[in-house]
Amino acid sequence: MNFLANVARSKGDPKIVSSGPSVRTPADRMARALGWFSIGLGTVELLAARRLTRALGMRGREGLIRVFGVREIMAGVMSLSVDKQAGLKSRIAGDGLDILALLAALRFDNPRKGNVVLALLMVGAVTMLDVRSAQDLAVQHDPKRGRRRLYPDRSGFPKGIAMAKGAARRLPSRAAAS
Amino acid sequence: MRALVWHGKEDIRCDTVTDPEIEHERDAIIKVTSCAICGSDLHLFHNFIPAMMPGDIMGHETMGEVVEVGGGVNGALKKGERIVVPFTIICGECDQCRRGNFSVCETTNRNKALAEKIFGHTTAGLFGYTHITGGYPGGQAEYLRVPYADRTHIKIPAGMTDEQALFLSDILPTGWQAAVQCDIEPTDSVAVWGCGPVGQMSIRSALLLGARQVIAIDRIPERLSMAEAGGAITIDFDKESVVERLNALTDHKGPDKCIDATGMESHVNMAQPATLLDRAKQMFMLESDRPHVLREIIYVCRPGGVISIPGVYSGFSDKIPMGALMNKGLTVRTGQTHVNRWTDELVRRIEEGQIDPSFVITHRVALEQGPEMYRVFRDKQDSCVKVVLKP
Repeated sequence: MNFLANVARSKGDPKIVSSGPSVRTPADRMARALGWFSIGLGTVELLAARRLTRALGMRGREGLIRVFGVREIMAGVMSLSVDKQAGLKSRIAGDGLDILALLAALRFDNPRKGNVVLALLMVGAVTMLDVRSAQDLAVQHDPKRGRRRLYPDRSGFPKGIAMAKGAARRLPSRAAAS
Repeated sequence: MRALVWHGKEDIRCDTVTDPEIEHERDAIIKVTSCAICGSDLHLFHNFIPAMMPGDIMGHETMGEVVEVGGGVNGALKKGERIVVPFTIICGECDQCRRGNFSVCETTNRNKALAEKIFGHTTAGLFGYTHITGGYPGGQAEYLRVPYADRTHIKIPAGMTDEQALFLSDILPTGWQAAVQCDIEPTDSVAVWGCGPVGQMSIRSALLLGARQVIAIDRIPERLSMAEAGGAITIDFDKESVVERLNALTDHKGPDKCIDATGMESHVNMAQPATLLDRAKQMFMLESDRPHVLREIIYVCRPGGVISIPGVYSGFSDKIPMGALMNKGLTVRTGQTHVNRWTDELVRRIEEGQIDPSFVITHRVALEQGPEMYRVFRDKQDSCVKVVLKP
């Protein structure tokens, strides 16, 4: 990466010798990982809906899987954006929908109910990651962190507001001309 | 040397980099004594400004001591002199520079072709910003190469402290230009959206220029308190309707002059669905800016009034009410700041004690803490309004 970054510099520009630690936290990295996972899963749901419904004994629900795919991709894009928290919250809501859909498929007459149970376990695990990550980000971005104070004494006018008011008032151009 | 380097979205690191070198005879090298994080650095932090590249050194609010000068500086600068570096790099010779339009200098952008493709014409080279404006290394570092240094500098008078002088690089002239281009008259109500550092400077500038009343709009208590300290009437848009309150304060005529010190990252508010839509569009790259404040200004500004936009917009904004803008006969003035057009006057005003821009500083930290301070500033934690870094 440093090599590529340095290629774009001109001769006299500083080049990276060694990099310091990234300001990205583990919670940021987890959100990014979940975002990419979401986009990957959504793409699979969109493009291979028939295979998925066959594997889960949910034939005839291909449309629903594709809609879920679009939802996953959108949540993934949000999780990769600056508003990671909104992305993770939408993922958690989506996890709930996934669980409801899978529970509906967990019928005695479903020959693939073993796969459904496996899918439920996977969704459960990912939901826990989503919730944990959302909680960590909420703490990290909380504007209440640190000392709260007001600045009622910071006028910026050493001689006071009354002296400052209009001190730089410009003469109207006509007056200035005369 | 150490420098704050952009590695990607929300990824700024304090790296070790090679020292800058004199590249052209009009260059100078300064040892940075103070630099600051600007609100527009956050647009880069969020990767909302296109054409940043990993390895770009951040920072365009910088000052320091001259340690090396090229042969073409011709005595305009000498080793040991203290200077503030304006964020716009200027040649001082082109047609635009001669007109005082320094932020659209025709010479200094070393990626002119890219700027012409995107903007239609080139604009000035800027420090620590996108490659569209030249990709020049910025000043959040121990040393800075200043191109066209014989013109791109502001000399600091003896007796003026770093903290009094530093903001001549950007936010003070930016707030000043925003107010000046409002053509303020003694009967005017001036409304300022956004009480970040540029908003604070705009408020003080409008007051100095003699506005009848200055109204400041934000939602962060510490920023509102700072605005009030500077003589503004404040509106907390989380608690009251901006339009209703502005109308009430102006005898239902609307503010005569409006300043958008917010720019492309307007606050997203659940109570205002348009802001949610803007954010969604921005996320999916269907719109580059969130122009909620601009829409509100056009709606509430008094017919015949002036809208001044110092806030940074990067590309495309949707649903701008052109009908209201046209029918109300509003004048829009904007632009990156022509820093050197204003600095002689502002240096004098600081020396005379009319204004001391250091009031805005809330955090002073070492350069190594810079990456973390980007987060603190972005999330408005610890009542942060302005961060100064000491390399």
